[in-house]
Amino acid sequence: MANISISDVRKSYGKDEVVHGVNLEIANGEFIVILGPSGCGKSTLLRMIAGLESISAGQIAIAGTVVNDLEPRERGCAMVFQNYALYPHMTVAENIGYALKVSGMAKAERLEKVRVVAASVGLSEFLDRRPGQLSGGQRQRVAMARAIIREPRVFLFDEPLSNLDAKLRVQMRHEIRRIHNRIKATSVFVTHDQQEGMTLADRLVVMNKGNIEQVGTPEEIYHSPASVYVGGFIGSPAMNFLSGQIVAGGVMLANGGKIPLPQALAVAHNGSLAQIGLRPEELTLVPAGKGAFDATFEFSEELGPSRLYHFQFEDLTLSVLSADKPPVEQGKPMGIRVEAGSVHLFAADTGKRLRAREAVAQPELVV
Amino acid sequence: MKRAVFKNNWVAALMVAPQLLIIFVFFYWPTSQAMYWAFTLEQPWGGGNTWVGFDNFAAILFDDLYWYSVQVSVVYAIGATVLSVGMALILAVFVDRQLRGFKAYKIGMIWPYAIAAPAVGLAFRFIFNPGAGIMLYLNDAFPGAWDPNGNGTHAMIMVIVAGAWKQIAYNFIFFLAGLQSIPRSLLEAGAMDGARVLRRMRDIQLPLLAPTFFFVLVINITDSFTDSFGIVDTMTGGGPARATNLMVYKIFNDGFQGLDYSGAAAQSIILMFLVVALTVVQFRYIERKVHYT
Repeated sequence: MANISISDVRKSYGKDEVVHGVNLEIANGEFIVILGPSGCGKSTLLRMIAGLESISAGQIAIAGTVVNDLEPRERGCAMVFQNYALYPHMTVAENIGYALKVSGMAKAERLEKVRVVAASVGLSEFLDRRPGQLSGGQRQRVAMARAIIREPRVFLFDEPLSNLDAKLRVQMRHEIRRIHNRIKATSVFVTHDQQEGMTLADRLVVMNKGNIEQVGTPEEIYHSPASVYVGGFIGSPAMNFLSGQIVAGGVMLANGGKIPLPQALAVAHNGSLAQIGLRPEELTLVPAGKGAFDATFEFSEELGPSRLYHFQFEDLTLSVLSADKPPVEQGKPMGIRVEAGSVHLFAADTGKRLRAREAVAQPELVV
Repeated sequence: MKRAVFKNNWVAALMVAPQLLIIFVFFYWPTSQAMYWAFTLEQPWGGGNTWVGFDNFAAILFDDLYWYSVQVSVVYAIGATVLSVGMALILAVFVDRQLRGFKAYKIGMIWPYAIAAPAVGLAFRFIFNPGAGIMLYLNDAFPGAWDPNGNGTHAMIMVIVAGAWKQIAYNFIFFLAGLQSIPRSLLEAGAMDGARVLRRMRDIQLPLLAPTFFFVLVINITDSFTDSFGIVDTMTGGGPARATNLMVYKIFNDGFQGLDYSGAAAQSIILMFLVVALTVVQFRYIERKVHYT
């Protein structure tokens, strides 16, 4: 069992704190993706698990053992680096087998293991080449093989796919998932690519500015983002945001348009200012005047199975994803229909998601 | 690669002229003069010379003192190079580890290179003075333990240490730059693979430093043959009993003190070809083994 338990972990460089007290429990065999923009502290957190960065405060335990003061080699983790970090002066076989060589395994046994692992990632023909003679995808495989061969308890990935072209990235993503299904080591994968996160993760951890914004399955995070930040970060095309005030039965926009809300939600937060998140794929285009509000059509983007229609609404831009061909005309208004159930409601000041049941729990309403 | 092209060739010629002039005046002209002298017999106070063909070279090559000078030069070259390259490598590795206070240390390490060879020689003459300072204590305890004025081996050690000390700074800069160009992630990967500090140095840093190592080696050996004059001149004057009479010092000695211009010219031609040959050999046979990618 190699669960990872991260409690109140902080990292500071001098006076700058870059990770502010992170708590996270990772179950044995789970595939966790830490998602966030560059500089959010996700790589730092990963490197603290690996032992490549010291832990300023808090503690990290792997399989019940606190590893704060252990060297990387004592933690049983293997890591795949962003630039692969292959040893340029060693052949593929030497790269893959280096950890075993360091551990003192007999040569014959080591070469046999290298052969088996290399075959499992399709590298059998390249064992005598140097990394400089390999393509990006092959280098990626060498990096994977080098991690696999150690049979680690924990697999760490630091943006391993970001140097690959789009097609190869999808292919390697599938391969990583396949390998995970096979060896079932606890995995922590860091990326800034939300699609990678959504597709790979058992559970997603969304980070922002050194804090965890939300932890949940990709589905949970997509369907009920905990904050404006998460809503905007997850999902492609990106979520639309509008602001307004909550009234009975909906949200009143500044120009008089009204977006419907579920009854319980509207009642709970009546009168407060809110931000509304609307996913482009949950909006429908209707003739002008028939929707929640009207917006001026600007242009559309062809995506193949559907199109993304861009509108100007007051000083905001707004997009709607549609598979059928609505009669839009540049510069002309269209109605936009919003289903009450698809509205994501966030507090205007904190950016946190507003929920119906939270309001019930508020003390003044209980009394 | 982007290339800047001058439309007007005259401007280009004007730009390179000073450099070409310097190379011509201080290298090609003296070299050609030395070539000419090497095949003639020059009068000590000038005024007329006669063509003697290879007589000067023959005289040198049959001279035991010349071969002795070659021998001590080789000892000096190997000793100074091994000592300075080795020390520089160790120091650079530790600065690269960023141990406490490495920044001040780094600057301190670079300074010696700015000191002229005669000044280095003088400073080390004080340090190694058998009758004063630190060496006096040694000689007090063990009489005769340190005698560079009388013992040729001691004199050679002294010259090697001074020469190496001056060269360490130069090597250090290259080694440090070489070490810092090794991606940090390679060492981190090594750490994840279970290698400790020394193992990572041996398996990752040193092999990747090989090109730098080769470059530094060529420069040091060449330098120890040609640039050791200042140190020998201030420290030993080639003595005792020619124990530190390096080839470059012998040229000066025979030419300007012995007034044998022709013999000195022939020696400097030999030295020049020796350095060229050494460099070619090093590039052909050593460089081949140190490049990856």
